[in-house]
Amino acid sequence: MSENDEGAAAPDHTTGATIELESLTKLYPGNPQPAVENVSMEIKAGETVIFVGPSGCGKSTTLKMINRLIEPSGGRIRINGEDVTDIDPVKLRRKVGYAIQSSGLFPHMTVAQNIALVPKMIGWSKSRIRSRVEEMLDLVGLDAGEFHGRYPRQLSGGQQQRVGVARALAADPPVLLMDEPFGAVDPITRDHLQDELIRLQRELHKTIVFVTHDFDEAIKIGDRIAVLRERSHIAQFDTPEAILTNPADDFVSGFVGAGAALKRLNLTRVRDVGITDYPTVTVEDPLQHIFDRLRESGTNEILLLDRRGRPYKWLRRGDLMRAKGSLARAGTLVHDTVTRDATLRDALEAVLTDNAGRVAVTGRRGAYEGVVDMETLMNSVHELLEADRLDALEHQHDLEEIRAAQTHTEQEGFGGVGGRA
Amino acid sequence: MDFWEYLSDRHQQLLADASQHASAVLQCMVAATLLGVLIGVVTYRSEWAGNLATLSTSTILTIPSLAMIGLLIPVLGLGVPPTVTALTLYGLLPIVRNAIVGLRGVDPSLVDAAKGIGMSRPARLLRVELPLAWPPILTGIRVSTQMLMGIAAIAAFASGPGLGNEIFRGIASLGSKNALNQVLAGTLGIIVLALLFDAAYVLLGRLTISRGIRV
Repeated sequence: MSENDEGAAAPDHTTGATIELESLTKLYPGNPQPAVENVSMEIKAGETVIFVGPSGCGKSTTLKMINRLIEPSGGRIRINGEDVTDIDPVKLRRKVGYAIQSSGLFPHMTVAQNIALVPKMIGWSKSRIRSRVEEMLDLVGLDAGEFHGRYPRQLSGGQQQRVGVARALAADPPVLLMDEPFGAVDPITRDHLQDELIRLQRELHKTIVFVTHDFDEAIKIGDRIAVLRERSHIAQFDTPEAILTNPADDFVSGFVGAGAALKRLNLTRVRDVGITDYPTVTVEDPLQHIFDRLRESGTNEILLLDRRGRPYKWLRRGDLMRAKGSLARAGTLVHDTVTRDATLRDALEAVLTDNAGRVAVTGRRGAYEGVVDMETLMNSVHELLEADRLDALEHQHDLEEIRAAQTHTEQEGFGGVGGRA
Repeated sequence: MDFWEYLSDRHQQLLADASQHASAVLQCMVAATLLGVLIGVVTYRSEWAGNLATLSTSTILTIPSLAMIGLLIPVLGLGVPPTVTALTLYGLLPIVRNAIVGLRGVDPSLVDAAKGIGMSRPARLLRVELPLAWPPILTGIRVSTQMLMGIAAIAAFASGPGLGNEIFRGIASLGSKNALNQVLAGTLGIIVLALLFDAAYVLLGRLTISRGIRV
């Protein structure tokens, strides 16, 4: 299992590295039950993996073993193919970003000093550090000039968390570990921070391992989710879609909670489903032309766009009859539109509140692109669910094979992990 | 001769004594601070070692200062050595105790964060733990200094330097016309020195405690 692109010349940013955990175990002295038992998983480069599970299930312990804040009692950790189980932990941690709950910023240092810590330790030049600090502040959406010299206590919780992420990423590590980073901020700020993280990850392609107990957060952020039960046993390790549509067992479905199908809608964007074309006219078209369009389209309704091509009004046949030559008062104003980036859930919400059960989709600068209605939504959701179900079945099959192999080796008595008390 | 005449008459002697007093206290404080913080750093992470350090330093403090100097004279002789030793020992307790309390009071999640971003043990101590524990340590240093100001006067008993000589001379010649002036001059001098030192510490605090944690 060798990865030889380890030293590949990094472009502007170091992108992610693979992480392999092999039978990772943590035993605490005086406790015969391991806190983490035999965790094996492979995390792909550039992937965001979420560890989710009830409190006390060992998810945090597992995370902290990756940068060896907690030394594993057994098993191996490989980052980008390199075995890091026995290297100097200080050296390892400088290559692995670490962000924690309530930011962990040092209160006696300014924002800039906090961010500069790791680059300084690995010996960057002063000017490089200075420009890096600004770049990082910019990256997390804080104004460098304004926040540079502030102390953590002069920041809001959300801003502190952003600086915490900036500090973790300052030396451009390929791997970022996040331990319930958004656990201590209010729901609205948390939502913003999650969006920011998704945007950031789209730019940076780090390998992120993220611990949370909030399943909704997990499905929002994760490429894959590991649902962990006690002693960090992996109950299911799969894409959010697969876990939602086909939870492996009762434990997982209990964790997924009610409304899995609705949550599933959050994972698909309008751009991914078929939008239907609709007859449109613009306000500049002569009335006669509008009549013709309506007649030839065979629908009962037509969408009127304004001068910039933005949805303006829905016109029905009856409206036109009553219009008597002027469109000024005819039709119903379009009060809600969705963008192509909106989730299906948003689209459903808009469709449900619309009295005719359809909503216009807009693109750049609010220009009309198409329409989604109840029927297209229903069809695409059914297709999605069916596809997810098939995927999940396949993954589950794989997982079972791995487990079977594991039990097999255990029964052979191989690997001296257990029974050290 | 009234008190003011006495002061103007003897001001050179008094200033020399005062500067010696101040310098003795300052030097012993530097030694006590270095030693005290070192003891704190070495012991704070272990429950029993920390308690042992606090207990032994507070035991030293219960020894009357006159007795302590008396006990040191046969070992170290007269003059500066017993004075410095006694003052440094007395100065330890508040510093050791506050260093331990301060270092133990650093938010464990910050220590965890420091570890997590790859700071080595010495870096963690120097750049995170000690700066955060510095305000209580500085308070300890202030308390110690106030205490040493008074105790340093006793050093005259071992023919040590300082304003204590003035007081002892006054007490020895009780009944003579300058006796009261001598005691008064020595005592007031110590009070003035103590106030000056305290002001200096306030300034030191402004300069050395990060704005991010100043209350």
